Amino acid sequence: MNQEKKKLTITIPEEEIMQAGHLACQGCGAAIAMRYALKALGKDIILDFPACCWSVIDGPFPYSATQVPLFHTAFETAAAVASGITNGIQAIGNDHTTVMAWAGDGGTFDIGIQALSGAAERNDNLIYTVYDNEAYMNTGIQRSSATPHGAWTTTTPVKHFKKGEKKDIDSILVAHGIPYLATTSIAYAEDMVKKYKRAKEIRGTKFMHVFAPCPTGWKSDPAMTVKLAKLAVETGVFPLYEVVNGKYKLSIKPKELKPVEEYLKLQGRFKHLQKDDIDYIQKKVIEKWEILLKKVEMFGE
Amino acid sequence: MKKVVINGDFAASYGALSAEVKFIAAYPITPQTLVVEKLSELVSDGELKASFVKVESEHSAMAACMGAEAAGVRSFTATSSQGLLLMSEVLHWSARARLPIVMSNVNRAVGPGWSIWADDTDSISQRDTGWMQVYVENNQEVYDAILMGYKISEDPGILLPTMVNLDAFFLSHTSEIVEMIDTEDVRKFLPPYDPKYKLDVNDPHAFGALTSPEYYYEFTVKIHKAMIKAKRKIQEVGKEFGDKFGRYYDMTEAYKTEDADIILVTHGTIAGTAKETVDRLRAEGKKVGNLKIRYLRPFPDEQVYEHLKNAKKIVVVDRSISYGKEGAFYSETKASLFDYNLFVPTYGMIAGLGGRDVSIQTIREIVKTAEDNEPNKIFFIGEKK
Repeated sequence: MNQEKKKLTITIPEEEIMQAGHLACQGCGAAIAMRYALKALGKDIILDFPACCWSVIDGPFPYSATQVPLFHTAFETAAAVASGITNGIQAIGNDHTTVMAWAGDGGTFDIGIQALSGAAERNDNLIYTVYDNEAYMNTGIQRSSATPHGAWTTTTPVKHFKKGEKKDIDSILVAHGIPYLATTSIAYAEDMVKKYKRAKEIRGTKFMHVFAPCPTGWKSDPAMTVKLAKLAVETGVFPLYEVVNGKYKLSIKPKELKPVEEYLKLQGRFKHLQKDDIDYIQKKVIEKWEILLKKVEMFGE
Repeated sequence: MKKVVINGDFAASYGALSAEVKFIAAYPITPQTLVVEKLSELVSDGELKASFVKVESEHSAMAACMGAEAAGVRSFTATSSQGLLLMSEVLHWSARARLPIVMSNVNRAVGPGWSIWADDTDSISQRDTGWMQVYVENNQEVYDAILMGYKISEDPGILLPTMVNLDAFFLSHTSEIVEMIDTEDVRKFLPPYDPKYKLDVNDPHAFGALTSPEYYYEFTVKIHKAMIKAKRKIQEVGKEFGDKFGRYYDMTEAYKTEDADIILVTHGTIAGTAKETVDRLRAEGKKVGNLKIRYLRPFPDEQVYEHLKNAKKIVVVDRSISYGKEGAFYSETKASLFDYNLFVPTYGMIAGLGGRDVSIQTIREIVKTAEDNEPNKIFFIGEKK
């Protein structure tokens, strides 16, 4: 046996900024997302949360699990408040503190998109994270424009499941010409930490789209959260890539995409789907994947 | 001191300049647009060292001000009418977050039909947001109210935002002489903003977290108590301002009320017209006076009672109406008098809706209506039949 052990390189900072005692559900992807994001970004940071799961997860008054300054704000204001913080502190000479808006998909794709578009157009110096669990989970699993075709939610019941595609928020943000956009997944911690570190070094608006499974809303086994996030990447449902100044770059390129059924079958929200429905979803996933590959080819580095 | 001839919008901009605000977020809306334009110019020229974020809506204007103010940065914005209504949610949020933002609001009617003219419906409908509301009479008062507004709002015992309300066009687009105070002198009156609690990486706190019934009640009561405490602060600051700069302010301004049989209760620009009319009516032998109410919130109950207690008739003029009831200033005034067990004939006069002119003739008509009619109801002055 080779005595010379390969040295394990730890690329993820060991310090835990987010503390135990938070109120997330078992297997919450959004909790894992915050843990890694803060590890990457460090303590010189100010956060703001609109109404979202994290309004609860962080803990009720007088508790806070994040241990960094944090402003809770109204649903549609995450980006605008972050703009205020970042431009405000710059006006009094602070150009080192990272300012991050941290919002769910409802607060980003739907009610918050106007303020987000404003901040992105102005290219305000902030990180905007959407932790995407594909529905209004905190209010009780109602569909958002991030809910994928085929999904059950409390406002898209089984008989009338969500019809129509998930809004392509990433292309919308890319079209704003922001300097950095990344899709990340809680199943790829190293990739996520690397991307957040990269975002921290760039001035302007950085958009981070974190795929964060929700066992409560997806009717999945809490123990399967990371596996589901991984399958989303491996099936092409949620590809991981970066867009740096308009240049697309794939972060993970599966040799062959796994069948989407492997991902769908682990979730109760899709269990009503018939073969035709699954075939349709598979077809759309492939279509979108190929479009992404074309973008990488056309606008790649 | 420097005297300039400026409109009310510019007076608001210069108020923000003299207060040395460090952050502005604003969105244009007629007839407030000139505030935003002037501030853009002042910031671009480097005359005002501040960050100016040109947001995509009034909702975001207030939200951005909340972010900056929470980070300990003195913030300003300006709005009007529909813009103020769009802000409504964040007006509540900024007050409950105890952020001493100052905002000028050009009082303008709300639609439909589209109207850009003076009317108080916008700010009156935001009465219960936790914002202090001051209504000003002239452009000098716009400027002064912004400086005093920061001083009052930023008091550690108060920490509530201030809305400075000025009438559309009658002030916003009318030029008057305004005396600007030298920056050095303003600094002695209004020190830099340095809140005890802010978004600070060296002293991290979470602001505005989920609050159970165990705590929420007390937070609300604290806001009310701070607002009550502000009454004295408004008086103190108004006196200090007068001692330093020669212009004294209070929560109300009584004009020839002491021996008056009929007292008009007015606010905003109508107060100026009312005072002129009072002089003319007195010359004709009628004992009329005017009580100008500056603050709708907090409401000066004690002063209203003191100044009105000897009147034979009290005539309250509103430039808005709470549909199905009456004008807000009329309701508030009556409630104050009731608290003191004072039962005097009162009249609610609705005048000037949607920018209709309230002239000396209108005020004469208001007084005559009170003379000729039974009290305790509302009258529509100048309504076309």
